[in-house]
Amino acid sequence: MTNKNSDNSAGKNPLPDTYSTRQEVLKNEAEHLENGLMRINLGPSHPATHGILQNVMDLDGETIVKARPVIGYVHRSFEKLGEKYTYNQFLNCTDRMNYVSSPMNNIAWINAVEEMIGINVPSRAQVVRTIINELSRISDHIICNTVLGVDLGAFTGLLYLYHYREMFTNILEKMTGARLTTTFNRVGGLEMDIYDGFAADVKDFLKVFPKILKDFEGLLIHNRIFIDRTKGVGAIDKETALSYGYTGPNLRATGCDYDVRKAYPYLLYDQVDFDIPVGIDGSVYDRFLVRNEEMYQSMKIVSQLIDNIPAGPYRVEDYHYSLPPKKDVYEKMEELIYHFKIVMHGIQVPPGEFYSAAEIANGEMGFYIVSDGGKTPYRVHVRRPCFWYYQSFPELVEGSMLADAVAVMSSLNVIAGELDG
Amino acid sequence: MEEWIIDILISLAKTLAFFGVILLWAAYITLGERRFASFFQNRLGPNRAGIFGLLQPLADGIKFMMKEEIIPKNANRAFYLLGPTLFITIALIPWAAIPFGDTVVIAGREVKLQIVDLNVGILFMIAVSSIGVYGIMIGGWASNNKYSLLGAIRSSAQLISYEITMGIALAAVFLLSGSLSTRDIIIAQMQSPWHWNVFVQPLGFIVFFVSILAETNRVPFDLAEAESELIVGYHTEYGAFKFAMYMLSEYINLITASALITLLYFGGWGIPFVDLGRLGLSVNLAGLISVIVFLVKTGFFVFVFIWIRWTLPRFRYDQLMNLGWKILLPLALVNLFGTAVVALLV
Repeated sequence: MTNKNSDNSAGKNPLPDTYSTRQEVLKNEAEHLENGLMRINLGPSHPATHGILQNVMDLDGETIVKARPVIGYVHRSFEKLGEKYTYNQFLNCTDRMNYVSSPMNNIAWINAVEEMIGINVPSRAQVVRTIINELSRISDHIICNTVLGVDLGAFTGLLYLYHYREMFTNILEKMTGARLTTTFNRVGGLEMDIYDGFAADVKDFLKVFPKILKDFEGLLIHNRIFIDRTKGVGAIDKETALSYGYTGPNLRATGCDYDVRKAYPYLLYDQVDFDIPVGIDGSVYDRFLVRNEEMYQSMKIVSQLIDNIPAGPYRVEDYHYSLPPKKDVYEKMEELIYHFKIVMHGIQVPPGEFYSAAEIANGEMGFYIVSDGGKTPYRVHVRRPCFWYYQSFPELVEGSMLADAVAVMSSLNVIAGELDG
Repeated sequence: MEEWIIDILISLAKTLAFFGVILLWAAYITLGERRFASFFQNRLGPNRAGIFGLLQPLADGIKFMMKEEIIPKNANRAFYLLGPTLFITIALIPWAAIPFGDTVVIAGREVKLQIVDLNVGILFMIAVSSIGVYGIMIGGWASNNKYSLLGAIRSSAQLISYEITMGIALAAVFLLSGSLSTRDIIIAQMQSPWHWNVFVQPLGFIVFFVSILAETNRVPFDLAEAESELIVGYHTEYGAFKFAMYMLSEYINLITASALITLLYFGGWGIPFVDLGRLGLSVNLAGLISVIVFLVKTGFFVFVFIWIRWTLPRFRYDQLMNLGWKILLPLALVNLFGTAVVALLV
């Protein structure tokens, strides 16, 4: 076997070469023992790796001398599947990327397709999407921040907040029948209308949750041990972060206020009022605080929208793009033909290349779609934010202690499903 | 009956009763810990086995015994088995010197509710509990697992560092009570609650409390088994009853720590503002009440330990060492020096 890097004389390949990393891992440890180093595998199955990640670390005592992330354990070839699935079917793949806040991925994908076609989605659907998007952001940040606590040994916060995250999951369940893989968006709107008590349920959540979040903050934010463990740990400056392709809360923690919602507004983000919290030094503590504040901002957005969900259709009434109502399909010839066309031949997307990004909980989720006019895309590429963060992991942890590596990994919010695609 | 037979019988009965109580208590702390943790975390906890889940420890015990005994192929078999055995033995020994209560009268003789009243009781306990680190080190090393080894190294460094601070904090207590016997230390605090060492020695108490929290290997000092970094640290490779032995001994250590806090700083079995001797109760009733008071106080501190565990995050290894050597040790020395000066002058 030849090393893929060997003929690349032009320069160092910036991306880690998974194959050669694995070979290196398998090398005899004797030389390490001579140097007094110990090589440990943090993962693929380890309590600190939420999902299946592997970090091969060389330790000098407790200090990390070298860290190598190995990825690909949950690669499910979504991009290849995207070439086979229709635009609506690909939703099932996006659900399974960032599984902590799956509706956001759906919305990002559907938004990209709709922008590419140029459909005007009914405002009812847009409002509901924005609300669900922001609630999903909250639910993602809940997991990220509380799991950071778990990785630092404070287990209580996770279960404490999880109880209230259930409120959101229950809303999703009532709305779609599914709790995790919701898939409730369709090109042109929603799969079905929201249920009657939707607004009341969301308001309940908005009423209860801030109090609970305050409790959780009390547990960690001013805790001296927590501050010692996180402040300045895994810090990264703005330029380095940008050069690694950071986006989302991790980039904002470094002080850069880039947010797709403000920079390239989609859904209703240009009509609502919210702020972008930024940190200072990009350390674990700042990432925690940025995520924490984003939860409040998300609640602010939702509370602006929840009182006036407009009436009207929840799906575009142009049946080239969305299925006609079932009753009409049974009774009217034309609707039956539209139904047949969409099911058998898919939605007609104009040929061309298109890139559209959305701000998911982890950062900029971008979809690069190449269409040849057929019912499936010719090529789909997904810009998965985790993939870009995770490259910087060795730089963040080398020279720090083993316990810091766990905290850094947790606060980057590397989600295996999103990372491996 | 001959006198010596009665003596032996009483000693035997006391020993059996003590270890029975301790083991049962430790088993029920596992339930208590899980239940309290659940209440802190907004959930119910194990409540299916028996009323309120009271049979849960029994079910757990049976489960541990029925599990397959697995010994890793590359482990050092003898030491691998020695680790948990040593650990639980050493965890139980300090109870020989801990008094549960005052005296009772059995068969016409005064019996101290203590297996043996050593005149160097506290020293004996500290000496024995420092051997406990061997159980961890041997277990961690013999299982031939890198995580276990890291846990064992962390644990030994931690236990040794914090023993020093603990010892120095205790020295101030010895200065005041003028004795190393557990019973004498309690009796020295009997006059009023203001004579409790926690009020006489507030700084010493804080140092001692933090050190003993570190000695029990619990959050925020559970670096030896930090589950998010080291899986579960030194007992990663242990399963079935060997794991149960490690776990049980940690809970026994927890009770020991609580009992030490009670007898050294909170007046042992003394009830604030009540003198049991003057109430006119029979000796045996007073003895029984003293046992209950001691158990309640100890139980309270066990609860405090559980409370702390489910509230705080964990230190990092270097921060732990800094805290031990750079903060607690100087504080303990200052406390000892101050106490010595005051004791000399007053």
